[in-house]
Amino acid sequence: MEWETVIGLEIHAQLATRSKIFSGASTAYGAEPNTQACLVDLGMPGVLPVLNEGAVRMAIKFGLAINAQIAPRSVFARKNYFYPDLPKGYQISQFELPVVGHGQVTIDLEDGQRKVIGVTRAHLEEDAGKSLHEDFHGMTGIDLNRAGTPLLEIVSEPDMRSAKEAVAYMKKIHALVRYLEICDGNMQEGSFRCDANVSVRPKGQHAFGTRAEIKNINSFRFVERAINYEVERQIDVLEGGGKVVQETRLYDPDKGETRSMRGKEDSHDYRYFPDPDLLPLEIAADTIEAVRATLPELPDAKRSRFVDHYGLPEYDATVLTASRELADYFEAVAKACGEAKLAANWVMGELSGALNKAGLEITESPVSSDALSGLLARIIDKTISGKIAKEVFEAMWNGEGDADRVIEQKGLRQITDSSAIEAAIDAVIAANPTQLEQYRGGKDKLFGFFVGQVMKATQGKANPAQLNELLKQKLDG
Amino acid sequence: MSLNREDVVKIAHLARLAIDEQSVPEYARNLSSILDFVATMEQVDTHAIAPMAHPLDLAQRLRADAVTEEVDRETCQAIAPQVEAGLYLVPKVIE
Repeated sequence: MEWETVIGLEIHAQLATRSKIFSGASTAYGAEPNTQACLVDLGMPGVLPVLNEGAVRMAIKFGLAINAQIAPRSVFARKNYFYPDLPKGYQISQFELPVVGHGQVTIDLEDGQRKVIGVTRAHLEEDAGKSLHEDFHGMTGIDLNRAGTPLLEIVSEPDMRSAKEAVAYMKKIHALVRYLEICDGNMQEGSFRCDANVSVRPKGQHAFGTRAEIKNINSFRFVERAINYEVERQIDVLEGGGKVVQETRLYDPDKGETRSMRGKEDSHDYRYFPDPDLLPLEIAADTIEAVRATLPELPDAKRSRFVDHYGLPEYDATVLTASRELADYFEAVAKACGEAKLAANWVMGELSGALNKAGLEITESPVSSDALSGLLARIIDKTISGKIAKEVFEAMWNGEGDADRVIEQKGLRQITDSSAIEAAIDAVIAANPTQLEQYRGGKDKLFGFFVGQVMKATQGKANPAQLNELLKQKLDG
Repeated sequence: MSLNREDVVKIAHLARLAIDEQSVPEYARNLSSILDFVATMEQVDTHAIAPMAHPLDLAQRLRADAVTEEVDRETCQAIAPQVEAGLYLVPKVIE
């Protein structure tokens, strides 16, 4: 039987506020345990939550970016469960009336098609603390620094049909929150993570199959692997005549499998009710307009502009707008050197390659956008060839100075003097009479051999176009 | 509305309350009578009335996003039964 996969994601994005959602404690990452857990975060008796305006504005920003309705009135609710990293015995979240209503984002599929994915809602809530299960002589250690950090939970419609679509959607939301500067997107530190709801159904069937929820996946790669594993598992169960159980599962990256979380039969009985400690959140139309005025150019708009304004191919524009920092870098280079396609090729090619290899972000690049445009200017004015430029780039990457300095020091200036190139060609032809005879006898492929020899003789510095032209004349002459 | 024995046991479990077996019928009776009392209100026609989320008809005040709390960990942890390396220690919980 042919099966269809149905996936919905719940993404948790930690909002980049300075203080917590309901208290004035710091949210900075990496502090000593429990030095950022104040009395409110610890759930001490008598304390009251006071909502952070910054977190609300960030939620509005996200809502506007996905064309969603911002609720004029939303309500905070208590989600009740017991776990030691949740000191109050409930998490303050939103249930019936979330701050952000239905919206959508467009994702790019591998075949070049686009697909609209619905976002059901996004709501504000507080994060829990962290449990450390090792090394405490049979006890569990609790660090509550993260407790109370604002989260935006972004819930998608079950619109995705493959693990790849789910990853594309997650990447899109990731790019969006970073463009909006509402989340640092750091997945290793847990600032951006997701739960995946996965089910399968016979192709053509309208009703959804029973779903399993895979919890707390914190990398794009794991999302894809966890979903693919889960889909195979469910198909095996169904084809073996069994039934999929609705349950929560954990992905184990070491084993590459999902497994059932035990003893969670009550976990969905959260008994939500409006939090009596918080009044309804009312958002006025002028607040929404004020936030709208702060929206940056978003990835889709930027991509269209890169295509229209710089004449870039769709693919280049998509790659270059994947992050705001990369797009800014590209634009700085393109503007300075005046040749957008050349800039795109270098940013996506040499530069991205070197960054990947070194495990660096674009913002950490040892070659600045100014430095790169300086190099490209020397290609454009024909001081060096594209090939030599790669050598210069490497030297720049290694801190040997700017393009002009490297070119001078290494003597890489391109040879454009025809007589010098001709002299080199004559010498090569004289040294290779056999090849010359074969070439003239019809073995055209040997042209490349001669080009190589002349380049070698000039240490790669002969202007390639001139070399080709002069060589052709001489060989055919 | 009346709660049966299983309802009471489940509610007690969700609230992590230990109740003794003999008191279950009494809890069931008392809790049911609370629900019945509240159910009296269902006789009123509330169609045109927007549900309230809070008894006060006010909106939430917001605070500026600024760090205002200095955490004195020692004082906070003075009442904890067990701490180590700055962490609160609790009986092992693992899922």
